[in-house]
Amino acid sequence: MGRYVVRRLLQMIPVFIGATLLIFLMVNVMGDPIAGLCGDRECDPATAAQLRHEFGLDQPVWRQYVTYMGNVFTGDFGTAFNGQPVTELMGTAFPVTIRLTVVAIVFEIVVGIVLGVVTGLRRGRPVDTGVLLLTLVVISVPTFVTGLLLQLLLGVKWGWINPAVSSAAPLDELIVPGLVLASVSLAYVTRLTRTSIAENRRSDYVRTAIAKGLPRHRVITRHLLRNSLIPVVTFIGTDIGALMGGAIVTERIFNIHGVGYQLYQGILRQNTQTVVGFVTVLVLVFLVANLVVDLLYAVLDPRIRYA
Amino acid sequence: MPEPRQEPHEPERAVAGTGMGATMDLGTSEAATLEQPPGPDGTNPHERPRSLWTDAWHDLRRNPVFIISALVILFLVVISLWPSLIASGSPLKCDLAKAQEGSQPGHPFGFNGQGCDVYTRTVYGARTSVAVGILATLGVALLGSVLGGLAGFFGGAGDAVLSRITDVFFAIPVVLGGLVLLSVITSNTVWPVIGFIVLLGWPQISRIARGSVITAKQNDYVQAARALGASNSRLLLRHIAPNAIAPVIVVATIALGTYISLEATLSFLGVGLKPPSVSWGIDISAAAPYVRNAPHALLWPSGALAVTVLAFIMLGDAVRDALDPKLR
Repeated sequence: MGRYVVRRLLQMIPVFIGATLLIFLMVNVMGDPIAGLCGDRECDPATAAQLRHEFGLDQPVWRQYVTYMGNVFTGDFGTAFNGQPVTELMGTAFPVTIRLTVVAIVFEIVVGIVLGVVTGLRRGRPVDTGVLLLTLVVISVPTFVTGLLLQLLLGVKWGWINPAVSSAAPLDELIVPGLVLASVSLAYVTRLTRTSIAENRRSDYVRTAIAKGLPRHRVITRHLLRNSLIPVVTFIGTDIGALMGGAIVTERIFNIHGVGYQLYQGILRQNTQTVVGFVTVLVLVFLVANLVVDLLYAVLDPRIRYA
Repeated sequence: MPEPRQEPHEPERAVAGTGMGATMDLGTSEAATLEQPPGPDGTNPHERPRSLWTDAWHDLRRNPVFIISALVILFLVVISLWPSLIASGSPLKCDLAKAQEGSQPGHPFGFNGQGCDVYTRTVYGARTSVAVGILATLGVALLGSVLGGLAGFFGGAGDAVLSRITDVFFAIPVVLGGLVLLSVITSNTVWPVIGFIVLLGWPQISRIARGSVITAKQNDYVQAARALGASNSRLLLRHIAPNAIAPVIVVATIALGTYISLEATLSFLGVGLKPPSVSWGIDISAAAPYVRNAPHALLWPSGALAVTVLAFIMLGDAVRDALDPKLR
């Protein structure tokens, strides 16, 4: 186990460097970061050169990357061009997005798994077909369409929710946005649980449990569900990174001031430091979530041993 | 976000995630050669053995889901090639005086915020979506299966490097990458969007192709062909490719739907296509502020987009069911 963790941690290093370097290069192609600094007029050449030197933009790209990463590992994510430290932006943005992601994951776990169990146990019945069709529709409708439609119906027409989330973003205002963010993954979790339950229902240990005379709910929760949830846990784990990155669309629709909002603003205003900083953290979250899922695997399924 | 899904991706995992479509390991060769059930209509089992493809086609022709989605897709392709068949006006002819008006004779879907005919724009929007979806999928499938196939066949250092590169691409959120890369591009054609999707989409196919080539190359007939002195290119093209291509086709068909939705998402965020191009994403984004007064301007393009994506995903589902012998 210990050796496995070390190997995985070592494997994460090239992926981390590669992903951050890639985004660093992409952002550097983004155009002239100085251009936005002198208001609507163009900077005069002397000021531009001075600013470039000040921000280290006259160095070759690889030098900029190395310097930047060196700073990141001492906790300095640089300053946005408006003078605010990027860490300060993160301090306000990440709690909001984390709350949103938690709401989304709770939806995935509760609704997705319940629907998956119900349909998996009733394979081929009308409930199953209906839910299966519904998941197909949810997967097909792009998130921004789902978001706009729910906003239109619940927020504008029926007035059940506030169409825009306030800047404090308390949990109760994040329920509908969380559902929108979760929708596609929710459908995948349902299908995954359904397949897994339907497969394991025919297995020997379930037959044994039933033959022993255990009550039905105990067979389902203790024997069937525990074994069927392994692929689902994997999916939800890898989804955490995707949800946080995918929150851009949801946050834009519901006007939530989280990570996606900051990134969108950063990209529109060509704010290199903000974009690279946030993406670096997102990549880290993604990699760590993947590692945790792999380790959880061994805990959930004792048959798996990591040498 | 219907971005191309990231598969649970660790080769170390002992149990493959099931039901996700892409992690399937199709035992194609065995299924194709060993199973020769006498046909239900009493066909002679001594006839030429039915291949996986004839079997799949046999199944598909009887699958209502396949027929419906194929008809929808055929319709979409026809109207993207010749939109004037069913829409007479120009999508760029707008009359501000009619802005936000509802349905009226000759204009069944009403008018949008700029007074353009929603029906005409919805019809013309199909072209963008279909073009992006098909061209991007072709590019992704070609690049991904060539790179992944070669890596799987030759193994070694090249394979290790390619696997790490795909890991890197999987770690970058797709919409984010699109925002960063496309926000600087001023060209207003479908090509930058297609290029971006190919750039970020190939690792998904490459991973599938690599896995299925590795499975196929261990088969006895491949070893036999090698022993008979077949060259690498002959092994790859004649023996491995036909038996490894099925999973790539399935994943590519499902991905086609998600690419269409990705293009619309990027256009919605303002970095994909920009006006005066006609795209459902642009129209939905433009209609969002007027949604209180003119919900129809939002609903029609959204509905068209949803039906299109649904058709491709359903087609992919049907093809997967037909090609996966384990579900038989």
